[in-house]
Amino acid sequence: MSSSWFASPADATARLAEVGYLADEAASTTTFLAGALEKPLLLEGPAGVGKTELAKAVARATGAELVRLQCYEGLDEARALYEWNYKKQLLRIQASQASGDGQGWDATHDDIFTDEFLLTRPLLTAIRREEPTVLLIDEVDKTDVEVEGLLLEVLSDFQVTIPELGTVTAVRRPFVVLTSNASRELSEAVKRRCLYLHLDYPDLERERAIIRSQVAGLDEALATQLVAMVARLRELELKKAPSIAESVDWARTLIALEIRDLDDAAVSRTLGVVLKHASDAERAVKELRLPR
Amino acid sequence: MRLPSLRRDAGTAGPGPSGDERPRGSGLLERHVLFVEALRGAGLPVSLAEDLDAIAVLRALDWDDRAVVREGYAAALVKRHGQRPTFDTLFDLYFPRVTGSGGQSLGDVGEEPGGSDDDPGSPEGSAGAEGAPVTDNAAALEAFREQLLDALLAGDEQRLQRMAAEMVARFGAMPGRGPGLSSWSAYTALQRVAPQELTDRIVAGLLAQGRTEEEATRAAGQRVGGLTAAVEADARRRIAEEKGPDHLARVAVRPTLERLDFLQMRRTDLEQMRREIHPLARRLATRLTQQHAARRRGPLDFRRTVRASMSTGGVPLTTHHRPKRPHRSELVVLCDVSGSVAHFAQFTLLLVFALRDQFQGVRAFTFIDHVHEVTPLLRPGADLVDVMADLSASTAQAALWGRTNYGRAFTRFAELHPDAIGPKTSLLVLGDARSNYSDLALDTVADIAGRVRHAHWLNPEHRRQWDTGDSAAGRYAEIVPMVECRNLAQLSEFVRDLL
Repeated sequence: MSSSWFASPADATARLAEVGYLADEAASTTTFLAGALEKPLLLEGPAGVGKTELAKAVARATGAELVRLQCYEGLDEARALYEWNYKKQLLRIQASQASGDGQGWDATHDDIFTDEFLLTRPLLTAIRREEPTVLLIDEVDKTDVEVEGLLLEVLSDFQVTIPELGTVTAVRRPFVVLTSNASRELSEAVKRRCLYLHLDYPDLERERAIIRSQVAGLDEALATQLVAMVARLRELELKKAPSIAESVDWARTLIALEIRDLDDAAVSRTLGVVLKHASDAERAVKELRLPR
Repeated sequence: MRLPSLRRDAGTAGPGPSGDERPRGSGLLERHVLFVEALRGAGLPVSLAEDLDAIAVLRALDWDDRAVVREGYAAALVKRHGQRPTFDTLFDLYFPRVTGSGGQSLGDVGEEPGGSDDDPGSPEGSAGAEGAPVTDNAAALEAFREQLLDALLAGDEQRLQRMAAEMVARFGAMPGRGPGLSSWSAYTALQRVAPQELTDRIVAGLLAQGRTEEEATRAAGQRVGGLTAAVEADARRRIAEEKGPDHLARVAVRPTLERLDFLQMRRTDLEQMRREIHPLARRLATRLTQQHAARRRGPLDFRRTVRASMSTGGVPLTTHHRPKRPHRSELVVLCDVSGSVAHFAQFTLLLVFALRDQFQGVRAFTFIDHVHEVTPLLRPGADLVDVMADLSASTAQAALWGRTNYGRAFTRFAELHPDAIGPKTSLLVLGDARSNYSDLALDTVADIAGRVRHAHWLNPEHRRQWDTGDSAAGRYAEIVPMVECRNLAQLSEFVRDLL
């Protein structure tokens, strides 16, 4: 099985690291497999652990273009797959009538259902591209169940059927990444077609590396303190545990406030950056015995 | 880490226990099929398509790193995060890290992790630990503990894995009466070596390395916990090797959190469970909102449809509907909080309150032999841990003599809180209906059930235990529909139907 994406899990780790994404073993193995087996990759995990970022990093590392479909409630075929450009079609009909060139209905009919009048949406765009493409279907759990049905044809056969034109099959299979916050269970049919990866909060080492690569001017000792504190916060039973994105924000805050040492006073002053619920902040203050 | 078993199975059949049964072929395929079977047995819905994917994964990967193979396998087979622990346990059983006795000699720390694996299952390998002259006496135990302390202080994962294997081999062997009857016990090994007692010394050692006291305590706890888990896993692996993994897969694998019985939970399960409450409530609420949105249209408004059709020449192109009246019921929850049923009641209460928005109002009462209202404890946005603590603390107020008495509780409820129930109320009773052979007050219950819109009873016991001993499940079930609700899956299913 040839792989044009990554040569091996180790290769995936190295090339993702080059573009600034520090993947752990599970992430790089699964990413490699998604490329090698040409199967979609379903990423699940809490918000802010770098799910979308992984897709972007794959695109950067392989020099592919990223096509993104942001999912939301009420997303439909016309905005995910393709749509006919009605206005242009109408103009075309009127133009042929006005010029009176005697073109019959059959000719016009054939004429207005061609590529020229087709508005391609992300899914179709990704399939028709001949260059390497990463297709990111973001927050797929936000869509209605019907859209999942729509995705099935695309995900398993990489083809789209347009009644007027026939079936469009991918010339070159895109690297498909689906992300989900697990706000609802995806259907078994979608899951079965994908490889699955659960991204979780990173361990101390990796998180420190991530923060240091993202935030310039953060010294080693402060980064260590910060990462340890975030890890402790995650151990508490909070409604929303701090994500990587939030620890990066915290690091930026500390830099901006010129705090060099993350002592208890500094933590309680800046806690609002990482904890967004009042009850969470209270719990943290109580458990970590911070000054109020 | 090497992957001896895969290698061996892929090559010619080795002399190991699994090889004896399957003399021909590589054995990898059979091992894979058995593994998938075991996963299905443990409740993971592995389809044939995923099965084939897993094979494709194995072809695409190199087998020189066990962790990579495991992740690859998991990517193809496990599609729910909650099922991952089950997968890991089974993977360790079917594709063990080492075979035979693993590390053997005390001083041989520099040895390659898989050094002794090249002849796995060979007579020397398995006999090595037991046959060595001095392996199990007081001095050896003491020496081993020193080594273990050293390894724990260093926090070297690889070395700890090896020491865990050695620990089971040397201190956890249970000689049987005949060949094939010997076994391994993680419990014995842990009792004898007692890594828990080393905790203080690890803390002291870590403090000397310049950690703060809190950090040191936490790190020590984590490392000892990790070692305990490793020892347990290694004992399982050894048993699996002797009796075949299929035997062990049936008994050793714990059900996923969703399927775990409320009445059989350990303390760690409870904590995990508490973390599950909010995501679960959110999932349920999302689905409900979507379902409601889909059914937003009410019945056809004939008059408006006909009038609108006038503008299109009498053809009803668009239909008009009456707006749907959202009906939201009030929920009254009555929970038995005695003894072991308490956990179940608390979870259900928390889940119901997390879904508070879906009801017009929720009131909660706890009882043992007296009724106590706990609605004020369940404030919106309150901290879950505090709420749980408050709930436990208020248990005392629900008891007069402390012996569960359903009849008395219902009677008191009817007397003290007649305002709580009305025609718009849904009543939810949580409890095992074990009333210490006291008066059941069936008339009162029937009266209450008659005055509310719906009444449900959730019983955390298995259906086959109903009506055994002092359980009055059957007699109450005649008045209030009773549902078996033993785990999170059943609970969320019930709550979904309720709304």
